[in-house]
Amino acid sequence: MGSMVGASVVRKEDPALLTGRGTFVDDIRLPGTVHMVFVRSYLAHARILSVDTDAAQRLPGVLGVWTHADLDGLPATRSVPGMERPCLAKDKVHFVGEPVAVVVATDRYLAADAAEAVVVEYEELPVMASVAAATAEGATPIIDGLPSNVVLEQQLSATDAEAELAAAPHRLAIALVNQRCAAVPMEPTVCLADWQSSGLTIWATSQTPHHMRNEIAQMFGLSQQEVRFVAPDVGGGFGAKASFYPEFLLTAELSRRLRRPVKYVETRSENMTSMVHGRAQQHDVEVGFDDEGHLLALRVRITQDCGGWPDSTGIGLPTLTSFMSGGCYRIPTIAPSFRSVVTNTTPVGSYRGAGRPEASYMIERVVDRVAAELGIDPLEVRRRNFVQPGEMPYATQFEGIVYDEADFPGALDKLLEHVDYAALRAEQAQRRADPTAPLLGIGFSTFVEMGGFGPTPLFEQFGYVGGWESANVRLNVDGSAVIKVGTSPHGQGHQTAFAQIVADRLSVPFERITLVHGDTATVQEGIGTMGSRGVPVGGSAVFKAATKVRDKAIRIAAHMLEADESDIELADGRFSVRGAPDQGVDMAEVAVRAFKPHLLPDGFDLGLDETAHHEPSNLSYPSGAHCCVVEIDRDTGKVLIRRYVAVDDCGVVINPLMAKGQIHGGVAQGIAQALIEEVTFAENGQPGTGTLVDYTLPSAKDLPRYETDHLVTPTSFNPLGAKGLGESGATAAPQAVVNAVVDAMAHLGVRSIDMPCTPQKVWRVLQAATRNGS
Amino acid sequence: MSHHKVRITVNGTAGEDEVEARQLLVHYLRETRALTGTHVGCDTSNCGACTVLLDGRTVKSCTVLTVAADGGDVLTIEGLDEQGEMSPVQQGFQACHGLQCGYCTPGMVLSATGLLLEQPDPDDDAIRTGIEGNLCRCTGYDMIVDSVRWAAAHGGAGTAATAHAAHAEGKH
Repeated sequence: MGSMVGASVVRKEDPALLTGRGTFVDDIRLPGTVHMVFVRSYLAHARILSVDTDAAQRLPGVLGVWTHADLDGLPATRSVPGMERPCLAKDKVHFVGEPVAVVVATDRYLAADAAEAVVVEYEELPVMASVAAATAEGATPIIDGLPSNVVLEQQLSATDAEAELAAAPHRLAIALVNQRCAAVPMEPTVCLADWQSSGLTIWATSQTPHHMRNEIAQMFGLSQQEVRFVAPDVGGGFGAKASFYPEFLLTAELSRRLRRPVKYVETRSENMTSMVHGRAQQHDVEVGFDDEGHLLALRVRITQDCGGWPDSTGIGLPTLTSFMSGGCYRIPTIAPSFRSVVTNTTPVGSYRGAGRPEASYMIERVVDRVAAELGIDPLEVRRRNFVQPGEMPYATQFEGIVYDEADFPGALDKLLEHVDYAALRAEQAQRRADPTAPLLGIGFSTFVEMGGFGPTPLFEQFGYVGGWESANVRLNVDGSAVIKVGTSPHGQGHQTAFAQIVADRLSVPFERITLVHGDTATVQEGIGTMGSRGVPVGGSAVFKAATKVRDKAIRIAAHMLEADESDIELADGRFSVRGAPDQGVDMAEVAVRAFKPHLLPDGFDLGLDETAHHEPSNLSYPSGAHCCVVEIDRDTGKVLIRRYVAVDDCGVVINPLMAKGQIHGGVAQGIAQALIEEVTFAENGQPGTGTLVDYTLPSAKDLPRYETDHLVTPTSFNPLGAKGLGESGATAAPQAVVNAVVDAMAHLGVRSIDMPCTPQKVWRVLQAATRNGS
Repeated sequence: MSHHKVRITVNGTAGEDEVEARQLLVHYLRETRALTGTHVGCDTSNCGACTVLLDGRTVKSCTVLTVAADGGDVLTIEGLDEQGEMSPVQQGFQACHGLQCGYCTPGMVLSATGLLLEQPDPDDDAIRTGIEGNLCRCTGYDMIVDSVRWAAAHGGAGTAATAHAAHAEGKH
């Protein structure tokens, strides 16, 4: 049997999903289930004067209507102390879409009818739907009891870098916007709660079932044993399903009151204003550099729009942006600071990359601007500033942020093997000379991000028990194996990847290994799936548990074969004695023997069933180099991606097919951020992108073919050498695209454009530049 | 709200049900017929997760009233495989890693199946046009395009879909 790690095996999870036999939360049918529908605020900022539920209560099928006042004692969701969000708006609404009341009826159509019949009387308050409005002189604090809408401010360096900036031969101020995006998992939020005398069971769309279990148990004053949280098949998460949503608590509470299962199925329109949005950062940057383009000092002032209520995960994201603001570069002084501002908009939380794409976009735009300022090739500026492979692991100035093994220049070299840079530049020059030809732009992104999240001290800050992950591996007496993991996948292919790891470790056929996940009743403990921690942290726990089983199996085999443990070899599912290959026992025989105490040494602990935890000693740092080649139609401003080439270093690749899928998906989201997506609000706080009609997701016609390759620099920080890569594409792509768009118009004096680079925006920039140039 | 009796055949099985006039076909399939493979991803007919074949043509079943499908013949994801063997499109999606979370997948597979019924050998551009109405947030589409091309080379729409389309043709 060859090695399974590194093999492009097709996924175990696919047949069920491809034949309609997957189990998503809304597919679960419990007898007697009733349906919950929200009454949501249509105003962005208002005092609730009254809620009239009488008419709704009388409608057919309605079991009840509840407001905040009817749910006295129901706890608020966790956040920064003093900023906890109640499950239903208490006296005020903070954003359009905030739930004000809930209706439960026997049928979801009837519940929706009844929700329509609830009459809420509001007194409108001044709306501050942008950071500018929320921080304007005399702005009303949105959260009662706070002095202003700036809820958190922090400087993450000892200096503000003013002296270093002043001393640098060149100094450049750059304003960048990382616009608000929506995660839009294809499955909106769904939950089903069933509170019985023995405790509460809740099935929900979540990336972090154990964390949710812990939260709910604490909020209801139950023991963790009494709450079972199940995340079955989950239709995408992208970080947004790592947040705690009020509906989890509400369905549970109403199930307790009604003594029936209560289901909530979010509509897409609700999802667009209710699920946390991502990004939403402004960066005011100053960079100091010398004549050769060496970066000397960087000051980054981050302003985060955290929406109407600070999300417990979202509030930590500017910290991650700050930590990663140096990118792949050796910059002597980096001075990041941030402030988080509450506005009358949807709360902001994690979205694929969560804080790092913002940093990567910032520093990669800065590098291109420095190059343009000096008239030096942008690749040359990158090369002159790269942290070198020999300097790894590289301790940044931020405590605990230590880049692991990587080869930043090597990734760029490998990228250029795929891209004939000189030919592209020549073609670009030709195109510029021919006014009928579309413009050509070449953009690069050399990036480093964070994967393999933990360790515990970092993760505690986000409210998690720890940053480790857990795994249990059990060898059955027939020689098959079951893995239980604390990660909870939503498309990442853990069933397949973890089976590959165990197949190699235990020499058990891949087909005979199954995975159990996402259910707190059957999986011992876990943290969850986010921050590219599936393989580096979850996979490492699986590797360790499998190793413990292997070690024990070797002890049994040695006993059976009357040989020394050090002489036992395991290959093709068979233990044999070194030098005597015909003497052997197979895995199933060992597994059976594991349950025969009379045939084992005295006191031998029965069974082959081992649990292990992996606590990462450090984050891992996936890196790489991406190139985007765009064509811009001069008449319409439409950007066409002609080529997208990605070279990624995620360390050891477990399954190249799945790795390719992760890169593609991430790059797609990054391209979409660069060109298409933006959540908008009108001045009065009304969402401009509240449906998929207004918020354009890219279709197959909008996205290019991707070319991918890997550089493999294993990390020494986990036993697999894997760094993770789920977020790399989304982290790398936006600036590759935007750098290309700016590059296409650079000869006209264009130096910047904000995302998304829609045809209209590009056309305007092009028109203005052409006018100025002529 | 008025109720109506409908006769709808789903995956070859006839059913007679009384439904509310406003009920959407996707809810009929999921709730009344307990076929939960057809998913709901939006409420504006943009995402395509609810795509099924109705009388030989792909429809977004959240845009069709159940009463409008009266007398119709529906093929859902549950009816595509034949005696436990996945259709070429389903096999293509597995072989080419054309899915990740799997939520958009039933609709995407049905759209691809409908495309192959009309165009047995589409090029990449035709495939992208054919699945344009189905959104996937995981894959970036490249490997979905590969999956459909794989299916075109390995039997196309498949026997269940071809039989469904032929039956619909007979009715027209």
